[in-house]
This record gives sequence, C-alpha cells and structure tokens, in this order.
Amino acid sequence: MGRAHRDYDDIPGTYVFDGEHHRKGYHLNMFCMSLNDPANRDEFRKDEEAYLDQWDLTPEQRAAVLNRDWLEMLRLGGNIYYTFKIAIFDGLSMQAVGGMMSGVSEAEFKQMMIDGGRKPHG
Amino acid sequence: MAKVLYGVASSHVPAIGAAIDNDKTDTPYWRPLFEGYEGARKWIADTEPDVIILAYNDHASAFDLDLIPTFAIGVAEKFPIADEGYGPRNIPEVVGHPDLAWHLAESLILDGFDMTMCNRMPVDHGLTVPLSIMYGKVDKWPAKVIPLAVNVIQYPPPTGKRCHALGQAISRAVQTYSDDEDLRVAVFGTGGMSHQLQGERAGFVNTPFDTSYLDRLTDDVDALTEISHTELLRDAGSEGIELVMWLIMRGALTDPVREVHRHYHVPASNTAAGLIIFEGAYSRALL
Repeated sequence: MGRAHRDYDDIPGTYVFDGEHHRKGYHLNMFCMSLNDPANRDEFRKDEEAYLDQWDLTPEQRAAVLNRDWLEMLRLGGNIYYTFKIAIFDGLSMQAVGGMMSGVSEAEFKQMMIDGGRKPHG
Repeated sequence: MAKVLYGVASSHVPAIGAAIDNDKTDTPYWRPLFEGYEGARKWIADTEPDVIILAYNDHASAFDLDLIPTFAIGVAEKFPIADEGYGPRNIPEVVGHPDLAWHLAESLILDGFDMTMCNRMPVDHGLTVPLSIMYGKVDKWPAKVIPLAVNVIQYPPPTGKRCHALGQAISRAVQTYSDDEDLRVAVFGTGGMSHQLQGERAGFVNTPFDTSYLDRLTDDVDALTEISHTELLRDAGSEGIELVMWLIMRGALTDPVREVHRHYHVPASNTAAGLIIFEGAYSRALL
C-alpha cells in the first residue's frame, strides 16, 4: 500500500515519525527501547551481535546499528528518541549525534548552537 | 471551589536537568540560562501551588511503540523516576494526587475527552526537568504532581486546538472538585521551544517564531490553536511540535491572564529554551 503525498514531505533533513515510518522501524525502535534496562545494556555491551540476534531487524537496520549510522537508522524507520538510547549507551551527547547527522564535528555543532542554532532559511 | 490559578510553560531539555544534578548551573555555558530562572523560583516559592497538573511527553520511558496513548493521566500515589539509559536521575520520587486525578479522569471523559488512566508510570525528563527548573535541588517536591502524558512522538500528536480545549476542560473539572475547596492548582505545559534533534536539519532554531509564540500566548492564543502540525514541523522544528502542550496550560487559565515572568535563551544543548509564567483571573481573587 502506498502512502499519499504529505505536505511535510518537502521539509529538508526531517524524518517525520508517521505510521509508515513506524511500521518500518517498529523492531529497530523496540530494540533501542530495551536499552532502558541496565541488564540489557550489560548484555549488549558484552556482545552486540549476539544481543541483536534476539531482535527482528532487517540486515540494513542491523548494519546501521553496528556502524552507528544515525541517519541511516532514521531512514530505516528509527525515531530519534529511540535511537538516541544507543547514543546514551555509547556516552555520546545529543550535540555529538546532531553533528554526525548534519556532517560537522561536535565542536562545530556546539558552536553553531551557541551562535543561535541552524537558521530557518539558509 | 478549587481553581486553576497559575500556568507555567517550560522547555524540558535533559541537559538542563543534568546541569542542575551535577552543580554546573554557574558555568559560563549555563549561567545565562539559570539566571533567567531565578525570578521563576522566587515566584513559585511565593505562590506555593498545592498541586501541579503537568502536561509533558514521555520519551520512550513509560510507553513504547506497543502502546501510544494520546492523553494519559497518572492516577497513582507515586511515580518513580525513569531510567532513560543513564540510570534514573537522583531526585525525589514524584508524589501524585490520586483523589484529584480520578476526579479529573472521570470529569474529562464525561466532558468528551477520552483519557487513558495510568497507575504504573515512571516519569522521565519531560516531567522532572521542569520541576527541577522551578524548585532546584530539593529533598522532596513541594507540590503534588498529576502527570498528564501527551503523545507528541508518534505523528500525529493531538492538534493544538484539541490541547487548548483539553486545558479548558481541566479548568472546568477542577472547579467541580469539592473535596478540598482551597486547593491551589497550577497547570504546566512543557517541551519546546523550537528545536530539531534529528536528521540533517538537527540544530534548527527559529527565534522569531518562538518570540511570536510567547507574545501570542498571552493575548492571541486562538491564533496559536490554528497552527497546523506541518507549520509547526517547518517553523519550530520536528521536536518543536511539543509546543502543542503549552496550549493545555493556556486553555486551563481563565482570562484575562497576566504574564508574570518570561525567559528565553539559546542554546540549551540542541534547543531554544523558553519559560513563561501566567497568573489567571482567579489568582487575583486571592490578593
């Protein structure tokens, strides 16, 4: 089933977590959710591949998690509040991940925010 | 007759909570933000609300993709602090007000708002950071809190118009609460202001939009209720859509309202942080 054009589809660099996105990313996001539990964090730390075997991820989603490809996770149905749990696990700040998704270093990203953030136009 | 007297809207950025927990509020990065909170802390120490009905969104803590309530009200005696992946914040547990919460749930449903009732509801930064902003580090929260979780993560969130109408219904429901007629109730709306955490557009901030939103919240709230989700995604950023929750707070206040404090600062981590405090018409009857 295709999905009709949405009037938010043209917003650049933005992955709206609608029903279609949810269906793609359900298992990926639920894996991320499991990292709220310290026992699961320990298991994931011990052996990431073995821990991921317990979750019904597509090969692409699995590779994106192992490679910490934050944008790819979003494209494959991830939601930032869920995928950020992997960043918390890695000890990364939201600014570091923001930089990785927008192609700049954490320091550059922080400076952009101090300078008032990414401007609406330009 | 119990009344909603006060309204507070505030961002709920996790890093603000971490700065408070780790005593970093006086560093050059954080000082400008926290200086603007001093007036808010003085205000709440003076006004001492008994109960806060706190609209926030859960961030994959109490709820996951298996269950996505649009409006969920916490009816339990207590709400534990969620582990969001770092271990729970070292702050007091949140004490509820089950008697008023059940009154609200029943009244709201009969008034046409189909609430989900929740007992097991660990609360995350969405709820706890605004409390820390207002009260600082405490051994016990000075007010009881009724968590009102709003889905804004799964598209579509409830509309701004619906959130505003829910606030109005909360105001009506509080007025029919007869068990404690002197109860001083505040409503908090949290989240925002403009920010985007995800994608190539991460770091998006729109200060002119935020300033206009703060201005219109006082005297042109009807215009804010007309903003579509797509406009919010575009103008406030994908996570700035949380601003619909501010309209629950505003709807719960009886006009004319008086703005008593405002603070706006960029950045708090990836976010434009805003705080605004209103006293509603009923609060003046106390003077």
